[in-house]
Amino acid sequence: MSETTIGGIAGRMPKFIRRADPAVLTAFACIVLLLFLGSLYSRSFLSPEYLLQQLKVASFLGIIATGMMLVILLGQIDLSVPWSVATGAMMACAAAAYGPVGVALAVPFGIFCGVLIGIVNGVGVAYLRIPSMIITLATNAVAQGLMVVYTGGFSPQDSATRAMRYLATGFAIPGVPNAVIIWALIGAAMVFVLTRTGFGRTVYGIGNRERAAYLSGVDTRRVVLIAFAISGGLSAFGGVLLAGYASKAAQSMGDAYLLPSIAAVVLGGTSILGGRGSYLGTVAGVILITLLQSILSVMQMPEAGRQIIYGVVIVAMLLLYGRAPASR
Amino acid sequence: MKDWRYWLAEQRGTLLAFGIFIVMFIIYTSNHPAGFTANVVQTASNKGVLLAFVAMAQTLVVITAGIDLSVGMIFLLTNCLASWLVIGTGIETAFGVVAVLGTGLLCGAINGAIVIYGRLQPIVATIATGAVYFGIALLLRPFPGGSVNEDLADALTGRLFGVVPASLVVLLAVVLVVWVPFSRSVLGRAAYAAGSSEMAAYMSGVPIRRGKFAAYALAGLLAAIGGLFLTFFTYTGEAAYASGNAYTLFSIAAVVLGGVSLFGGKGSAIGAIFGALAFRTIGDLLFVFDFDPLWQPLFQGVILLIAVSLGAFALFRVRNRLEWFL
Repeated sequence: MSETTIGGIAGRMPKFIRRADPAVLTAFACIVLLLFLGSLYSRSFLSPEYLLQQLKVASFLGIIATGMMLVILLGQIDLSVPWSVATGAMMACAAAAYGPVGVALAVPFGIFCGVLIGIVNGVGVAYLRIPSMIITLATNAVAQGLMVVYTGGFSPQDSATRAMRYLATGFAIPGVPNAVIIWALIGAAMVFVLTRTGFGRTVYGIGNRERAAYLSGVDTRRVVLIAFAISGGLSAFGGVLLAGYASKAAQSMGDAYLLPSIAAVVLGGTSILGGRGSYLGTVAGVILITLLQSILSVMQMPEAGRQIIYGVVIVAMLLLYGRAPASR
Repeated sequence: MKDWRYWLAEQRGTLLAFGIFIVMFIIYTSNHPAGFTANVVQTASNKGVLLAFVAMAQTLVVITAGIDLSVGMIFLLTNCLASWLVIGTGIETAFGVVAVLGTGLLCGAINGAIVIYGRLQPIVATIATGAVYFGIALLLRPFPGGSVNEDLADALTGRLFGVVPASLVVLLAVVLVVWVPFSRSVLGRAAYAAGSSEMAAYMSGVPIRRGKFAAYALAGLLAAIGGLFLTFFTYTGEAAYASGNAYTLFSIAAVVLGGVSLFGGKGSAIGAIFGALAFRTIGDLLFVFDFDPLWQPLFQGVILLIAVSLGAFALFRVRNRLEWFL
């Protein structure tokens, strides 16, 4: 019934809009609206330097949200993001203290620690069948405990290596920050994996109905495990880049990334129940969240107001198009 | 089977939690330098009761097969609110207490409305509302501070007749006033039924929506009682993000230890209370054995990880592999 009404309205629109997900379109429309509102507030809002700076800030969230999206597509969730980010950052900085070998291996080591957290999550979810939100909360607590023991409860003294700083703040191509290039590469890889490989098909399949995927002969548990490992690794990589950006790691650096990463994925039209969503939507969600953050900070909104606006915006957007079907 | 066997099967989780708590508490007090004295019991119960209230709140929602990741933030919000309102003369204080509890109820009702009538996933919805509640708490108390009616606070955190910790008496009263009527009412049955099999409950004409809504709203109320008690213990209000998160996390640990099924429909708030007391006691064991307090977060995290992994033993009973994917 609704198909025909949508077809009636959309029938007159160009083909690429007709094919697009309404949620993705809404997200891009919101981005345009935010840019417009921002330009009313300050002239410099539309300048290329400012927008590029926003894109650079967005790339950290983008990398973390990429992993989150993979997990959400499975119909699961990864709540261990905060301390996966912090663990990646701290372990990369810690490795740098062990001579030239440590410096060389700092970035891979940080990512490796994140992958380990992801593997624990994946084993719990896929093989022990523990609900993902519970096991990821638990591994988050364990990672926090390990880092508190390691750092003694303070921010670690080790600083980021030059390679980390270069990855986060350097310019390999003049005018384009490295972080943005890295996000673009990871994003392209993700799009390729999701749309062109068997693994990607399986991820969507599991998100729709794991039983059916299993009966089709897919080793669904291994796919879930790999997805969680990738998510942990990408969170940690985001943390490594953040440490490079700030040139050191900090205790609660990951706290600010849990809600935004989930929000970015969900606002981008990926179903929280899994099985449906596109990477383009996640990109839109990430940019949307970053712009929102940026406008709120330009308006010098205090932390309290930011939290409230965040929560309200996310609930409102979800109520617009993230609702579960009404029929039973 | 005899009646008592059914009863035993139903209460197995609760009894197990009770057993764990008793064993842990005996280890705790026998190694405590002061031993088993009224003071030690009072301090332990004051700490345990805070988590017990939040765990009760989490239980109500978990029974409906949902989860409330905002309980810790409601706890913080009501703590900050109480540090403004629960002060002054008797009537003013009473008004403040009612306002704080009402706020908690409202927060819970908002969660319930969004999850049930808005048809959103409880995880995402309550993370988002949790951010809102934390923001409001931060508005109320940008810096730790405030005060509370100290007579009332001392009375409720002290000892009755010099022996019984007053906080335990309040906990018992809350169980009798909130949990027992709820779990025996139609709405409580509906909450259980909705958690057990929502479709079957719906087909049987059980008022699942009202039942779930009542569970979410009462969860807010219980979290608010916890927040009120936090104010009585600390005499201040503080919007600490880490503390709110920790209480949410620990409430889940307590619920799991207390034998409440995270898939819904099984367990009781009594079990969760003993789960909370046991979790607190285990966490404090580090102190009586003279470990560095730095190890406490790791220790608690590992306990949580083990507790949630215990559920995996049910996999051995699965005959058909397809039942993995429920």
